[in-house]
Amino acid sequence: MLTKRIIPCLDIKDGRTVKGTNFVQLRDAGDPVELALRYCEEGADELVFLDITATTENRKTLAKLVREIATHINIPFTVGGGINTIDDVSILLENGADKISINTSAVKRPALIDELAKNFGSQCVVVAIDARLIHHQWMVVTHGGRNSTMLFTRDWAKEVTARGAGEILLTSMEHDGTKGGFAIELTKEIANSVSVPVIASGGAGNMEHFADVFKKANADAALAASIFHFKEIAIPDLKKYLADNKIPVRL
Amino acid sequence: MNVVIIKYNAGNIQSVLFALERIGIQATVTDDADLIKNADKVIFPGVGEASTAMKYLKDRKLDELILSLTQPVLGICLGMQLLCKHSEENNTDCIGIFENVKVRKFNPAETHVKVPQIGWNTVYDLKSVLFSNITENSYCYFVHGYYAEASTDTIATTEYIKRYSSALQKNNFYGVQFHPEKSAVVGEQLLKNFLAL
Repeated sequence: MLTKRIIPCLDIKDGRTVKGTNFVQLRDAGDPVELALRYCEEGADELVFLDITATTENRKTLAKLVREIATHINIPFTVGGGINTIDDVSILLENGADKISINTSAVKRPALIDELAKNFGSQCVVVAIDARLIHHQWMVVTHGGRNSTMLFTRDWAKEVTARGAGEILLTSMEHDGTKGGFAIELTKEIANSVSVPVIASGGAGNMEHFADVFKKANADAALAASIFHFKEIAIPDLKKYLADNKIPVRL
Repeated sequence: MNVVIIKYNAGNIQSVLFALERIGIQATVTDDADLIKNADKVIFPGVGEASTAMKYLKDRKLDELILSLTQPVLGICLGMQLLCKHSEENNTDCIGIFENVKVRKFNPAETHVKVPQIGWNTVYDLKSVLFSNITENSYCYFVHGYYAEASTDTIATTEYIKRYSSALQKNNFYGVQFHPEKSAVVGEQLLKNFLAL
């Protein structure tokens, strides 16, 4: 039986892992390769690395880090942050990334999704969607939540799927960093309206939140950062809890 | 040991190289016929689209070369599908080692499950030395929208929408639908088993 995936996310700044609340107030959380290895050993199903300060001069540093990660870990991983072109993706895949994630650049130029899917296959194209409640509507936001768009989240999710996204990484900016639980209604709406897997992100605070997002929202995977980095939840404990609650997980 | 990875226009070769490095093997990536023929072990990886990949292989006569190999050959994901008779992906005639096996598309309309299948699923009914020291119902990492039918060549079975072949074997040819290079310790054990053949 296909299992639900637990995905720790490592936000990268200048080669270190950081995590803040609502994408600001950064705190240092350690060496990414060391953390990645720890998560592999603990039973993480995949990893996501987001370069949150992606700039041109940082690209080489990121490629080097990706290579370092790929040589050490034996599970799939996704790299995101500042990807705008086919060349950006080529470099990351050549250095061993399994998938790449695009967000703002896809909103700016949706044809990028088609181009990446055609060149590298949908299986490696993750489209990250950040959503915020604006006048009671879930709207797509970009630039780490700073800019709003005219896109309704559900319409955008359908469009990215039609263009060839292989997975959707859905983050509720209302929930991110709050530890109050995932956005259940939003995740459920998106997961049930697209044909590709949906990774729920934002708001994980305890083990029950994970069970809820799998059972109530039909998410295919759940992503979290700080609760794993600061060892508030250990992955083996979380998986045991989910298994006890009849949710299929890889043990 | 001389291990060769067949170079063609399909992805994830780098991941296979790194996985082999982690178990102490330095492999060569090549499309040179002599190097491939003389290798002790040949790995035929792949993530991509069937008709584009087959065209590339045919243009370089790599399809005939693969068919003539006598040493252990391991097809991974698309590599395994290309060793079958035919794929529904753009109606493609494949190399045909597994001559009774057709590759079909998962039909999401049949259920509410997602296609492609992405993630960790179990393998069972393990029937080959390729799975030595791997227990029944071990988890492997899959990413695919097409599947090989169950057949007499099936050496591992997985369920997603239906029962299908997650591994095939005929003579010196082995194929796995999942990605051993990304399947943690289970995948490493499988690669070790293949190299020990």
